[in-house]
Amino acid sequence: METTSKNISRRNFIKLSGLTGTALTLGFSFSASANELDIWNAAAAESSGVELNAWISIDTNGKVTLLNHRSEMGQGSFQSVPQMIAEELEVALDQVNIIFAPGNGRKYGSQVTGGSSTIRGSYKKLLRLGASAREMLIETAAKKWGVNKSDCYAENGSVIHRASGKKFHYGELVTEAAKLEPPKDVVLKNPKDYKLIRKPLPRQDTPMKVNGKAVFGLDFKLPGMLYAVVERSPRFQGKVIKWDDTETKKVPGVKHVLKVTRDEFGNMREGVAVVADNTWAAMQGRKALKIEWDDTAFPHHSTEELYTKMRDQVKGEMISFRTMGNTTSAFAKAEKKVEATYETPYESHSCMEPLNCVANVTDDKIEIWGPIQGPDWIQQNICSHFKLPPEKVIVNMTFLGGGFGRKAFTDYPYEAVMISKEIKAPVQVIWTREDDMTIGPFRPGMVYQCKGAVTGNGRIGSFETKISGQNMDMQNPGADKTSYNGSDTEGFLEGYFESIPHYSFGDSPLDSPVPVMWWRSVYSSTNAFAFESFIDELAAQASKDPIDFRRQHLGERYQLLMNKLEQVTGWKERGKNTGYGVAITECFSSIVGEVVKVSKTADGKIKIDKVWAVMDCGWYVNPDIIKAQVEGSIVMALGAATKHETTFKDGKAVERNFDAYKMPRIQEIPEIEVHIMDNEEKAGGVGEPGLPPFTPALTNAIFDLTGTRIRRLPFSLDKTA
Amino acid sequence: MASITLKLNNKNYTIEADPKMPLLWAIRDLAGLTGTKYGCGIAQCGACTVHLEGVPVRSCSVPVSSAANKNITTIEGLSTDNSTAVQRAWILEQVPQCGYCQSGQIMAASALLKRNPNPTDKDIDAAMQGHICRCGTYPRIRKAIKTAAQLMTQK
Repeated sequence: METTSKNISRRNFIKLSGLTGTALTLGFSFSASANELDIWNAAAAESSGVELNAWISIDTNGKVTLLNHRSEMGQGSFQSVPQMIAEELEVALDQVNIIFAPGNGRKYGSQVTGGSSTIRGSYKKLLRLGASAREMLIETAAKKWGVNKSDCYAENGSVIHRASGKKFHYGELVTEAAKLEPPKDVVLKNPKDYKLIRKPLPRQDTPMKVNGKAVFGLDFKLPGMLYAVVERSPRFQGKVIKWDDTETKKVPGVKHVLKVTRDEFGNMREGVAVVADNTWAAMQGRKALKIEWDDTAFPHHSTEELYTKMRDQVKGEMISFRTMGNTTSAFAKAEKKVEATYETPYESHSCMEPLNCVANVTDDKIEIWGPIQGPDWIQQNICSHFKLPPEKVIVNMTFLGGGFGRKAFTDYPYEAVMISKEIKAPVQVIWTREDDMTIGPFRPGMVYQCKGAVTGNGRIGSFETKISGQNMDMQNPGADKTSYNGSDTEGFLEGYFESIPHYSFGDSPLDSPVPVMWWRSVYSSTNAFAFESFIDELAAQASKDPIDFRRQHLGERYQLLMNKLEQVTGWKERGKNTGYGVAITECFSSIVGEVVKVSKTADGKIKIDKVWAVMDCGWYVNPDIIKAQVEGSIVMALGAATKHETTFKDGKAVERNFDAYKMPRIQEIPEIEVHIMDNEEKAGGVGEPGLPPFTPALTNAIFDLTGTRIRRLPFSLDKTA
Repeated sequence: MASITLKLNNKNYTIEADPKMPLLWAIRDLAGLTGTKYGCGIAQCGACTVHLEGVPVRSCSVPVSSAANKNITTIEGLSTDNSTAVQRAWILEQVPQCGYCQSGQIMAASALLKRNPNPTDKDIDAAMQGHICRCGTYPRIRKAIKTAAQLMTQK
């Protein structure tokens, strides 16, 4: 695997991909001297010394290999990235072999799979790459036949001469095609002619996920590999004073006990690792450890203390980050006004695959394998800690058993590297479920204080939100705590900013030792609950239908989405004994509207009868993957709204496993119907934007049914009616 | 430590293990079959489900000694070619997202359909409620179980 650490030369890429013979390999260059949008033929790039990021290769058997630069954690990039390239390349998906790109930010651009960015960040480049290869193959065939290029076309991995029906398979053309310059301009297909894009094609990774063959991080093994678990400070910033491993070392299979650190936002946290020849022995050895911790240097917060502080802070001074007009005077003068405070809980990511990573540190390099969302970040992190150049640090991605933001973090690979370096053997670090649930980082808990007014004609006159919660960007040592990047309005529809005359958003960040991190849909996952609940409260104050109320403020793209929502839900014909709630949010350049229908059960509980979602993600690839992502986002939101939260007592996380952190189960899942808007807007995100609108749509529906506003999450559906 | 014979998917594996080691870790670390997953270690999530003498059990909570010499089926033992009705249905309905919990889900669904070839929604709830899917594939799991039931009648 050493080849992966060097510039991916054509030869190396061929080796890495298992391709045979001379191949046509195309990619993009990231070198400073070259235009990064230029598509390069690898043969030419190699002779001009241009470092190439290879994405696609076709060998003499016609086998196509694509390098997938993004993690596959369930969201479907393993399918959607090749589905795009294969479309323009005119090959069937089963002719395409997919391999994960090793982490290297310099070559692949950002590989951090976050912000729902896999498609929206790269689709135009990927389409052009496929089209360029196709044109080079057509040109080669036309030359061989002595005919005009325009008389030939590509289909199903072959170039065909229209008049004679003569045919070359791509494999017969690659040797010649590899000598050509990629075309400067290529014409992309008209979406009307798509054969693969926009089709609900089955995912290529499904077969290996129904028979145990898919290799997740936890399944990766190296010869002679040992297994490590780490006892970390139960309070977030505790330091090891001393430990006694007498009993640990008596456990059969235990090989090493050592102090380790891990990098948590640039702060080094401490723990004691137990390394054994199997996971169970390591766990037993850990149980027998006696560690003395110094945890005197930071406060031991409880949930009550954290929320008391946040409730105080929203009443105080704010750092203002997006304002228009003057909300204070507009609110003071208004006749119809509303004030409400919303609270959202801390949450654990709880990926089904707990954190883990394999590392093998040898004299000349560091190599890791794991479920990793941000391979390039990890490479940089390891390089800087261990003072190694990037070619000495190889980061390999396995499948991820969930990610949701947590697996973009660099702490667990760092731990694995440190242990392997110390014990001079390959090692897998495994976080138990309890570690995964209690050590963090968590989705931050938030408090929102909203004040708003409606005008005489039933429009929003002013909208003010004061937010307190931990800011993810402020945890690094030396972080600027006085200015904002504006991400705290995430989830709010851009259209409102154009139509509300007075608005203000301010933040008062909470200082706490609890580590926090992105959680699926990031700030939108909590903001949307406050914003869209409050819009609903304003609509009620204005005595308007919740969809009509929104219509007055929003432009054409939103209107089309609302039309669709009304149509698919039968909104205008909704019955008396049911509650309907709506919410529309914007997240990572996609707009999603959801409607929830609720009713009361005979024993007085709330039952969710149905959820409808309309996703407008602009240009899209695979409608079935979009539907799956929206279904999953709704289920995840249902859990955070009605089932689970992480609480703290005496500085420790209380919920340690699924017996206390209750997850939604199959019998609690309502029918979910997903629709996708067809348009040619720019591609937006898919993996996350379906999550934010669910919770406010649910609580708005409960208000519609019962007249009760729910302003704190989570709440129990059993106790609400 | 004890020498224990595990009959995994009709093949004998002789391992040296602490008799109290959960079957899960014996299967994964000692026999080297990694399709069976660790999710919680306390029988709350179902990711580690295998069949012990045909009955679905949480292998994280079964001591390896009590599984010695008994017939154990893991996800790898269902078929070598994804040919069982449940696996086919899982592919048809495109159930998995990340896929990590699906071994356990499939083992539970297979056991359900074996004893009840035509399960109702309530039967599905009862058999599957011990299984967590963080990706939220539950609607498709329900659909796939019904599809599998149909595929079984078509045989």
